[in-house]
Amino acid sequence: MASLVGSRVERKEDKRFLTGKGRYTADINLVNQTYAIFVRSPHARASIKKINIDKALKSPGVVSILTGKEIADDKIGGLIAGWAIRSEDGTEMKCPGNPPLAKDNVNFVGDPVAVVIAESLAEAKEAAEKVEVDYKVLKAVTSTADAMNGDTIHEGIDKNLCFDWLLGDRQKVKEAFDKADKVISIDIINNRLIPNAMEPRACVADYNAASEEITLYTTSQNPHLSRLIMSAFGNVAPEHKLRVVAPDVGGGFGSKINVYNEDIVCSWAAKKINRAIKWVAERSESFLTDIHGRDHVTHAELAVTKDGKFLGFKNETIANLGAYARVFGTVTPTYLFGPCATGVYEIPAAYTNVKAVYTNTAPVDAYRGAGRPEATYTIERLVEKASMELGIDKTELRIKNFPTAFPFKQTLVHTVDSGDYVAGMEKAKQMADYKGFEARRKESEAKGKLRGIGVTSYFEACGIAPSAAVMSLGCGVGLWESAEVRFNPTGQVTVYTGSHSHGQSHQTTFAQIAADELGVPIENIDIVHGDTDKGTFGMGTYGSRSLAVGGIAIVNACKKIVEKGKRVTAKMLEANPEDVEFKDGEFIVSKSNKKKTIGEVAFACYLPGVRDEMKSPLPEGDEPGLKETSFYDPSNFSFPAGTHIAEVEIDPETGHVKLEKYTACDDFGRIINPMVVEGQVHGGLAQGIGQALYENAEYDETGQLMTGSYMDYTMPRADNFPEFNIGYTCTHATTNPLGVKGCGEAGAIAAPPTVMNAVIDALGGQEVTMPATAEKVWKACKNLKKSNAKAA
Amino acid sequence: MKDFNYHSAKDSKEASKLASSSSAFLAGGMTTIPSMKLGLATYKDLIDIKNIKKLSGIKVSGKSVTIGAATKHVEVSNSKDVKKAIPSLSSLAEGIGDPQVRNRGTIGGSIANNDPSADYPSACIALNATIHTNERKIEAAKFFKGMFETALKKGELIEAIEFQIPEKSSYQKHPNPASRYAIVGVYVAKHKGDVNVAVTGAKSCVYNDKEMSKALSGNFSSSSIDGMDLDSSEMNSDMHASADFRASLVVTQAKKAVDAC
Repeated sequence: MASLVGSRVERKEDKRFLTGKGRYTADINLVNQTYAIFVRSPHARASIKKINIDKALKSPGVVSILTGKEIADDKIGGLIAGWAIRSEDGTEMKCPGNPPLAKDNVNFVGDPVAVVIAESLAEAKEAAEKVEVDYKVLKAVTSTADAMNGDTIHEGIDKNLCFDWLLGDRQKVKEAFDKADKVISIDIINNRLIPNAMEPRACVADYNAASEEITLYTTSQNPHLSRLIMSAFGNVAPEHKLRVVAPDVGGGFGSKINVYNEDIVCSWAAKKINRAIKWVAERSESFLTDIHGRDHVTHAELAVTKDGKFLGFKNETIANLGAYARVFGTVTPTYLFGPCATGVYEIPAAYTNVKAVYTNTAPVDAYRGAGRPEATYTIERLVEKASMELGIDKTELRIKNFPTAFPFKQTLVHTVDSGDYVAGMEKAKQMADYKGFEARRKESEAKGKLRGIGVTSYFEACGIAPSAAVMSLGCGVGLWESAEVRFNPTGQVTVYTGSHSHGQSHQTTFAQIAADELGVPIENIDIVHGDTDKGTFGMGTYGSRSLAVGGIAIVNACKKIVEKGKRVTAKMLEANPEDVEFKDGEFIVSKSNKKKTIGEVAFACYLPGVRDEMKSPLPEGDEPGLKETSFYDPSNFSFPAGTHIAEVEIDPETGHVKLEKYTACDDFGRIINPMVVEGQVHGGLAQGIGQALYENAEYDETGQLMTGSYMDYTMPRADNFPEFNIGYTCTHATTNPLGVKGCGEAGAIAAPPTVMNAVIDALGGQEVTMPATAEKVWKACKNLKKSNAKAA
Repeated sequence: MKDFNYHSAKDSKEASKLASSSSAFLAGGMTTIPSMKLGLATYKDLIDIKNIKKLSGIKVSGKSVTIGAATKHVEVSNSKDVKKAIPSLSSLAEGIGDPQVRNRGTIGGSIANNDPSADYPSACIALNATIHTNERKIEAAKFFKGMFETALKKGELIEAIEFQIPEKSSYQKHPNPASRYAIVGVYVAKHKGDVNVAVTGAKSCVYNDKEMSKALSGNFSSSSIDGMDLDSSEMNSDMHASADFRASLVVTQAKKAVDAC
């Protein structure tokens, strides 16, 4: 039987999605359901003096109106940060309370203060307009760079500082810098982004008074984790009385990891009013209240010798957490950022210092790449600048500092098991026709255009693990993954995974893996996920962990099935279990022609009695049935890497940046389904290029979101991109049996510095902040013209 | 969205009769409906004019192209007659919004709304258009009064727009990257005798740039406006483009338009 792993198997989920048969949360309608509308703060920072709901209560169709007071009276807990970070001075991070409905203070525009529940959506909306909230408006803090000098947002949190964290050794870095021939320094901003999943957030909460169970359908990337948080911290219901279902989910990019206010409020309120409640975000609510991403201000320095060897690296960053610290809010700018900031280079001494600050803006949390795009942008902008200042070719300078052997003990934390960075660089250069650039630059020049080329070599650390390590660094949960493999008596297989697909194609790639492991046709395998009632506890999908962690759990559970199958076969065929081999779905007694198919073995496992010729096939000690579970805890992260090269052409008269060519050469280890991986790379690139050239979340000084709709927030479109030139080098991961590495975030990690390095190259080295909009580039072109005129 | 009464008018007369101080005409609804949905506008009555047959269609004579007010952008962009008579008008229509907008939005709606960054008003100015209403004919130069403001009186309905066919013309837009509305759009049309340089997006209302029109009337070459330093004091300034950048773009887009003629 040919292996399915590695082939372009068509996506099993596409029939459903392409024919409009997907079932998203907003598609779910329950009998007698009510509709919720949230009353949200129009102010970035205010104290709530009084809420008057009298008029709203009299509005037609209103069922109930609940505020922060009721939620506090019922002792419902708030939203939490999932990772405890310690400051350099040893103190614990400082987190404010974040009640699901604000009671005393609001801290960003969109912070919910009340929920209006009515018989229809229109009635809920109308009544919500009649809720009178008397605010005392306070001065907002909105700037990342100046947040520490602003008014104190949360009582007791001095300088709005959550933590002041250090990774690395300042003294060693100082010594390295003392020895340097040259210090390259850079000041950069990693712009704030809004994730913009295609499906807005939504939830439907239901309460069964007889069984006292709450069922919550919600747009989540991790239903079990949501249940745990809502139960343990939200006090909504004990875990066994709370079922969380995340059905088809239309994109997450990290924005649907968090348990949100609406999940807790609707679940709690459904029990209170003993009716189902439905809430679906409007797009403007998504802009305001989904977690945002990035938002760093960084000063970084690289100490180098004159021939281009890197000696030391400093990274001083202020990271904006927004109004509250959320699930991955505190780990994103620390352990997901700092360790990767030294990039793919051997740098003997390094440190990263991060001051995480609160501001009166939407909470900032993990967004595709989470910390690693910020890290890669820092080091790769710095290395590009070093190449300009040292006059060393940008690819040569990188190669000169690549590790020479694997495992590569990276400066700060990671031991990278596998990779071949030089091979990736060489292949990328060839794919991009790096040599031919100068000729293309001259052609552009002849047309009055500026052409630039930019390079990024990156590695990233995804599939965060092992649990023992992450928990010692402050993680509130273990980051393993579970899988259950169940045979039906008639031979089909159901695989439950604790990870979640919201676009990642689990139904296809996981079925490919199980089909190869079990020798069962792929059409006889169903992948099930997203429902806490349907399988064992799982950790969900984020940080490119589904395959490298969840996929391995499936492999391990399949291996257990095969082990049992061997014992059962041995009993059935009166052989020794050690003599039974398994291949392509058949158990074969070696050196004989005796064999059983896995289907026959499964059937026998479910019918272990004695009748006619059939005798109990179960060996002593084995139970009936054929179902195995695995909880897989990896031994390390997985470390994808690669080199990307971009070419841009700039029209100096309009400042328009045209991305002419984009080459991505990635190492994702073994590839299960090349088509799915291409999709992931394209999507990641679109978001990364979006950050570099188009997207920006902007608040004014009063904390109003200026880019709260698609009229002002630039989502990239297909016509903004060239045809991507994609290739791979494949060095298999040595830390998992499939040899796989994550691929979901690479594009978003590598693209911003690649594109910006090209833009800045075209502009003769002038710094431009992201996004490189037409006006910024136009101004830089004018400066370039002036300085060229002076030089002439 | 608040409740409203929906009327479908069978002719202009009925539509006009139904109009009141709290009504709006509905054609494509590409601005009206979102405004109502967001609570920015409320109307007691919406008077649908899409079913008035007379308001749709394209007629070309030797000197002019007349387009019915309820004609959709997609119909203008696909019309072979328009493509032949005034190709720049067809390509302008093709660049409005996205396919969904072009499949519903209408020329009359765009002109009546007079969004400062809409595309069609610049075509009206550049192509010496005459706006035919159910009451009178209005010259484009006198039609666009200010931001979202036109010469239309309450209950007055645009029936058709008559464009003069120029010798040469081109429309060049620097779009807002997010909305794809014009940050600056310049419509250059060379008629017998004079040149119009109509600018949208740059100021609170579309206008004919006299300085550039004059220069190009003298010598129809982009070199005659190259390096022109326009006064930016009345230009729009927002997070997408400052007034200075807009002033520069007006000249750049005008040059491109002339070169494309």
